[in-house]
This record gives sequence, structure tokens and C-alpha cells, in this order.
Amino acid sequence: MASGELGKVYQDGEVIICEGEEGQCMFVIQEGEVEVVMDGDDGQEIRLGVRGSGEFFGEMAIFDRDVRSATVRSLGEARVLTVDKKNFMRRVHEDPSLAFRLVETMSRRIRELGEEVARLQNNG
Amino acid sequence: MAEDGLHLDDGSRVGVIGGGPAGSFFSIFLLDLAYRMGMDIQVDIYEPRDYTRPGPIGCNMCGGIISESLVQNLAAEGINLPPTIVQRGIDSYMLHMDVGSVRIETPLQEKRIGAVYRGPGPRDLKEVKWGSFDGYLQNLAIEKGANVINQRVDELLWEDRLPQIKIRKEEPQPYDLVTIAVGVNSASRKLFNNLNFEFTAPKTTKTFIQEYYLGEEQIQEILGSSMHVFLLDLPRLEFAAIIPKGDYVSVCLLGEDIDKELISNFMNAPEVKGVFPPGWDFDAKSCNCSPRINISGNSRPFDDRIVFIGDSGVTRLYKDGIGAAYRTAKSAATTAVLQGISAEDFEEHYWPACRKINTDNMIGQAMFLVTRIIQGQQIARRAVLRMTADEQKEADSTKRMSMVLWDMFTGSAPYKEIFVRTLSPVFLARLAGDLAISVTGR
Repeated sequence: MASGELGKVYQDGEVIICEGEEGQCMFVIQEGEVEVVMDGDDGQEIRLGVRGSGEFFGEMAIFDRDVRSATVRSLGEARVLTVDKKNFMRRVHEDPSLAFRLVETMSRRIRELGEEVARLQNNG
Repeated sequence: MAEDGLHLDDGSRVGVIGGGPAGSFFSIFLLDLAYRMGMDIQVDIYEPRDYTRPGPIGCNMCGGIISESLVQNLAAEGINLPPTIVQRGIDSYMLHMDVGSVRIETPLQEKRIGAVYRGPGPRDLKEVKWGSFDGYLQNLAIEKGANVINQRVDELLWEDRLPQIKIRKEEPQPYDLVTIAVGVNSASRKLFNNLNFEFTAPKTTKTFIQEYYLGEEQIQEILGSSMHVFLLDLPRLEFAAIIPKGDYVSVCLLGEDIDKELISNFMNAPEVKGVFPPGWDFDAKSCNCSPRINISGNSRPFDDRIVFIGDSGVTRLYKDGIGAAYRTAKSAATTAVLQGISAEDFEEHYWPACRKINTDNMIGQAMFLVTRIIQGQQIARRAVLRMTADEQKEADSTKRMSMVLWDMFTGSAPYKEIFVRTLSPVFLARLAGDLAISVTGR
């Protein structure tokens, strides 16, 4: 890592969060890309998406107490910053507008999912 | 101009005096929120400093630590600090006392503290490898639509109940809202003598910062990514730290009436000499300064159409001044856009954020008093060292003392939260045990 790089560097294929595990933080990609994958019913891995620099992942753990819904691993080398649930929630309590960007991202992902469901229904 | 009432609207004009972190954060959040609300607001930032020039002309004089909590909050805001601005990511602290030293690792073994220069670097900077932190934030404000006026403000006037900003050889410019974001070391403080309400300037104390050139390779070898903090039994010394940057290290001293004698005593302490290369010439400094920092806040940092943020409003005691600039700037910006710009609006929606910092500072004062007692008692120093060292050896233990020290040194958590943790029966029992061992000399 260069002297001024913040966060932690993950190597290609390294798992950052694992489906089914409990989570107490979310992540913000500082550099590089990660892929989000999920185990399908037939045991085949399904790729849900790729996230790039500046994007969040693992944010559902901030708001619910469920386990991680997907596995996220590094695509090539990726540098990722961990955001603690406690720190984030304390700050959101003081300043709810901190969550605007997160809500905006989650809204965009729901919209994309809706479009994907519609596309699958049209194809099927 | 907003024509009716004390609120911002489409076409409103906001003047920001001071383009350091507080002024830039305020402008970024105000413009972002206005955009979300479908409002077009003009923001002018008045800042005479040139953040591309090394030395005092581009420097806002501070230790340059971006705390762990601030790095995370900024990332959540979409402000990710790049390695072209952060000179060194910090992942651990070395605590030095006369009874020994101990390394305190970050809880996640991740670099989440940033060491930066507010300008590009010290006066004798040979090569500009990293950008200025203040300049980076100012550029983000410009990207959001702020206009930077690279001039010193001559006068702050009132005309037809509107604040006006005057710079040399120009007509005064009227604004719907003026935000004061100047530092406590700024000459602009004299502007507030003509305000139509009683302005109580924050109380300050003098600090000392000295820069040394060691080169990136040597810093990596001897200091690595650790900040070094010192709890030494030196009269009038509250706290001291050596912060590794890119090619330089910053030595920061905090205490009462810091003078040449105190600086010399600190530099000659064996614990300090041990951090530098053998035979290091402590007179070979790159530059130094004695900036003032707040020890109490502005008692009423607002009125109709005017709000004080950052150091000119309320800031955290000794630590995380940039974090306090972020919090006060965000609170003032959301109040101005979503609530209004009257004294009542700021009192109801902005003042609670300031009061929370003020209350926490009072607890902080008590915590630093305890730190002073530990500094003065060798038995207490031994107990703290032993407890911390034992925790750092145990992989899965709850690192109570380590986390108390970590948060005290990094400014990552409110003082109240740290204080509550020290009241834990397990913490107190373990400290009592280590104190007993120190007394018996085992």
C-alpha cells in the first residue's frame, strides 16, 4: 500500500464479506472493483453485480439485524474502507441527512431490481 | 435576494468568510442540499490563502489528523480522501512514557486515520508530491458550484438589515446569509467588532508545531504508519505527538505557556530522541509555528442571517477540530436550507449541535485532568502501561484500556462515551489490580 492509502487492500478473489455471516459494518470502495455473488438453489453461483470506486456495499447490515445476504469479493486488487455500524448510527442520530446518500443508492438499486424482474418476466 | 422572510430560496446569496475545512464543508453541504430541494443558491467563499503554495501562505496551521470517525463519516457522505491528499494512513499508536512504550493497534487493523497537511507542506518543501487537504475540500466546493473569491474581507457591514461583505477596492456585496468560518488564528476576527449582537470570541491557548524533513523511506523505516504520543512528566506539558506525514514529520505540543524551555525539555527527553534517527539534529527544522487552539466556544454563534461555524463557533477540546468543523458546518447548512436563517432557527436547530460539543468538552476537561494525574504519578503510568501491554498481547480479549487510550488520542469517540467506558467494573477492577502490582513493584 502507498503511504497515504486509507482502508485495507484485498487481493483478486479475496472474500470481503460472506453470505450468511453476521455483519456490524458496511464498506465504501476507495479504489478498484468488487463483485457481489449469491448461491443459487442449484448450487451454482449467481453474480448480482459489480461495484466500483466510491460505491457502498454491505449497507443492509447497518439497518437490519439479519445475516449478510450475499458474498462480496475483490475483482482484481481493491482498496476498501470499513464504516462501523455504531459510528454511523450515532452520527445519523445527530444528523439524519447523513443517510441521504445511502437511501439514494438503495433506491437506485431497488429501481434496477424492479427493471430486472420486469425483464425476466418478459423473457419468461 | 430572497424577498420574503428569513429563509433561503431560489436565487438567494450566501457569503462564506473563510475557505478552510469549515467553510468548504458548509458550502458543499449547503449546495448539495439546495440541489436536492430544487433550489439554486449562489455561494461565494472569501479566502485569501493560496493552497498551492508551501509554507505559511498556504497553511492553516494544525497537526493535520483526520480522525477515524471523520474518515468514515466523510466516506458515507461520498467524500473519499485520496492518497494524493492523505500523506500517511495511520493504523496504530505508540504510547511513550518514562516507564516504557506500548504499541496500540487499530481495532480492525485497517488504516482509517489520515495524516495530512492543510497546505501543500512546510516552507522548505523540495517537491510537491501531495496536495493540500484544505485545497482539496475547496475544489469539491467549487465542483458543487461555489465561487471562491481569493481576497481578504475588509469589512462586514449591515445595510437594510442585510449583511454585506466588503473587500478592498470593491463595492460591498449584500447577502441573505453570511457564514463565518475563520480560524482562531485569522486576522479576520476584528471584523466582528461591528456586529449588531454581542460576540464572545472563543478562548484560546497556544500550541507548538515543528516540522522535520526525514524523507519517505526513513519515515517508513523508523515510524511506519504509527503516530507516536507522549505522556511525559514535564511541567506544563499536556500532551505531545509526533505525526508521520509523507516526507516530513510534525511534532505537536499542547500545554500551558509553551515556551523555548518546555520545547527544549521535550526534544531532549530520551523517549523523544528514541523516536528519531540516532544523532538527529533537532535544530534542523523545516518550519515551525505557535498557533492558538480553542479551549472554549463562542457563547452565541448565530443571529439573524449570520452563523459562526468551526473554530469561530464551537470546536472539540484539543482533538478532532476538523471533525467539529464538519459537524458544525453540516448542522448550520441543513438548518439554513431546511429550517431558515433567523436567530430562532439557528437556536432551535443549530445550537443543539454546538451545545453537545460544549457539554462533551466539559467531560473532556475532566478526562484530561485524570491524564495529568497519570502523567505525574509513576505508579499510575506503570499500571496503564502494564494493562495496555497485556491487552495488546491477548488476541481475543476486550481491549478496554487500549480503546480508552485510542479514543483519547485519536479523538474518534466523544469524551462522554470514553468516560462511561472507564466506569465499567471490569475496567476498574483490572486497573486496580495493575495499580496494586505497580505499588508492590512486582
